[in-house]
Amino acid sequence: MPLLDVQELKTYFFTEDGVVQAVDGVSFELEPGQKMGLVGESGCGKSVTALSVMRLIPDPPGRIVSGRILFDGIDLVQIPKDEMRTVRGRQISMIFQDPMTSLNPVFTVGSQIDEAIQLHQGLEADEARQKTLQMLETVNIANTDRVANSYPHELSGGMRQRCMIAMALSCRPKLLIADEPTTSLDVTIEAQILDLIDDLNRKLNTALLLITHDMGIIAEMSQKVAVMYGGTIVEMADTRTLFKAPQHPYTVGLLESIPSLSVEKTDLRIIPGSVPDLIKPPAGCRFHPRCSQCKEACRQERPHLVDVGGGHLVACHL
Amino acid sequence: MSAADIWSPATCRCVDLDNDVLLQTVNLTKYFSIIKGMLRRSINHVHAVDDVSFRIRRGRNLGLVGESGCGKTTVGRTIMRLLDPTSGQILYNDDGKQIDIAALSRGELRKMRSKMQIVFQDPQSSLNPRRTIRDTIAEPLEILKGMKGEQLEIRVLELLDDVGLNPEHAQRYPHEFSGGQRQRIGIARAIAVKPELVILDEPTSSLDVSVQAQVLNLLLELQKEHHMSYMFISHDLSVIRHMCDEVAVMYLGEIVESGGIRDVFLDSRHPYTRALFSAIPVPDPTRKRSRIMLQGAVPSALNPPSGCRFHTRCPFAKPLCSEQVPKEYEAGSGHSVKCHFQDLKFE
Repeated sequence: MPLLDVQELKTYFFTEDGVVQAVDGVSFELEPGQKMGLVGESGCGKSVTALSVMRLIPDPPGRIVSGRILFDGIDLVQIPKDEMRTVRGRQISMIFQDPMTSLNPVFTVGSQIDEAIQLHQGLEADEARQKTLQMLETVNIANTDRVANSYPHELSGGMRQRCMIAMALSCRPKLLIADEPTTSLDVTIEAQILDLIDDLNRKLNTALLLITHDMGIIAEMSQKVAVMYGGTIVEMADTRTLFKAPQHPYTVGLLESIPSLSVEKTDLRIIPGSVPDLIKPPAGCRFHPRCSQCKEACRQERPHLVDVGGGHLVACHL
Repeated sequence: MSAADIWSPATCRCVDLDNDVLLQTVNLTKYFSIIKGMLRRSINHVHAVDDVSFRIRRGRNLGLVGESGCGKTTVGRTIMRLLDPTSGQILYNDDGKQIDIAALSRGELRKMRSKMQIVFQDPQSSLNPRRTIRDTIAEPLEILKGMKGEQLEIRVLELLDDVGLNPEHAQRYPHEFSGGQRQRIGIARAIAVKPELVILDEPTSSLDVSVQAQVLNLLLELQKEHHMSYMFISHDLSVIRHMCDEVAVMYLGEIVESGGIRDVFLDSRHPYTRALFSAIPVPDPTRKRSRIMLQGAVPSALNPPSGCRFHTRCPFAKPLCSEQVPKEYEAGSGHSVKCHFQDLKFE
């Protein structure tokens, strides 16, 4: 049984300007201990998908309109809020792009990790602190005592993100959702954090749902990848297959628009236009206004994910 | 170390060196004072840019790459004199006449503005939200070129067309545009006065990758058409690779390695450059890479480390590195490295 089984998830935002169909029929499965990447450009719905799994969609204006999110066989969409609270943090935890805004500035980092441990594991204060220091050590922080007694602003971005990871993993969750965990960091620090996440995934057997816009990070970190566009998954495959033989025109365009480090200077291939407005998404295939191979069927009918062989799913009429 | 060490005339293939170099900085230094107390005494300095020398050649692009806080943006702004340098020269070749931008008065500087322009990272904050696009693009033309009337309107529309926007966009405001379109407006404003040098400070880092590709291609097209030089400031090495002919790698206010793009990318010598390359995630899952993992974070520029500034994080550091500031070594034609052990391959 998969650890996480998302089926036909639809999350809409009901705003004054209209209904934003941020996530519109997303389905994927994640096995225990597996590393999966969700990749796409800004506004494609990858973060909203993650927040839906955590049941952290601000309501109003947002709401999970339909679909099921089965986690260990339990449908997270249906369970009451207080039950969700026992899942969140203990079984699924999440780290965000900017650790400065997700840590409380007026408490020390240590006390915030203590709190999470006390809350979820029912430990006494001094036991919790022991565990906190242990976790900080796990994320390769050398001077654990000093860091635990520091306020977030006293730490660098990389250190803050380490603390967030320590907090997220303190309860040994089965699933870690990482939403652009390294976007605000420099590349040398990014490398450290990615290595750390990879390492902990192996050691603790935590499944990873990694959300990023960076194809390079996906290639390095994930075993399976789903490419999102306009609130839908347009292509899903194991990582090697996707990079070797991308099928959807959007995936192809995305890969070709990345400047390469090694090859000679060539013109970058361009995907014309920009991301669609999800209040009035294009009819048919949501990518068709930007697609160079657009046919009549693409304008009319919404393509569904079809297996083109070996579990490689593509949503395209071509 | 003078700039001549980096590009000695002997290594430069061009006949007329003077005319080939458009801009050259000589030991450019910028410190920011930390002011404290009622007497506003300066108690310390942030060494933002320290003794930086490089050249930008006519019609060629120089990339300035480094992590946040390495001083690359300060270099760009100092060259534009949006910041005044603490010391050093910024020599501009104005049709054979050498002008030191660092020594110009405000009035003289204004004349230089039609030669050099800058595009900023965040198009949201660098466009005036209360002005239409037409007004934003027309302003430099009115002030620096004295254009007006029909001629001005025609030029504005021409510029919009150049950067791939429509004439009807002219009367709109910045908030009506997407990030990529806003950056196009910033570019139109910069190239309006037909500058010889455009400084691009992280022009695409706030954009999605498909939009980034559009903007990069636009910049290369415009360059072909207008024969400008770009100084491209970025933390993204693959973007630099795509855009530039020469590159300078900065760390903590200093240039640690510089040279032709192929030399630096294919035969990088400085451990920092090598670590930077090995840290980039490459979109190829089959590639197993050997990472040079750097420990810790960049030290504070308030009190930069002694000797080689990189020695606190360098995996190959030896006692000498903390004692002595490394000289600039020639690793090849025009390729220079600031490391005591640049001959070692660090395998």
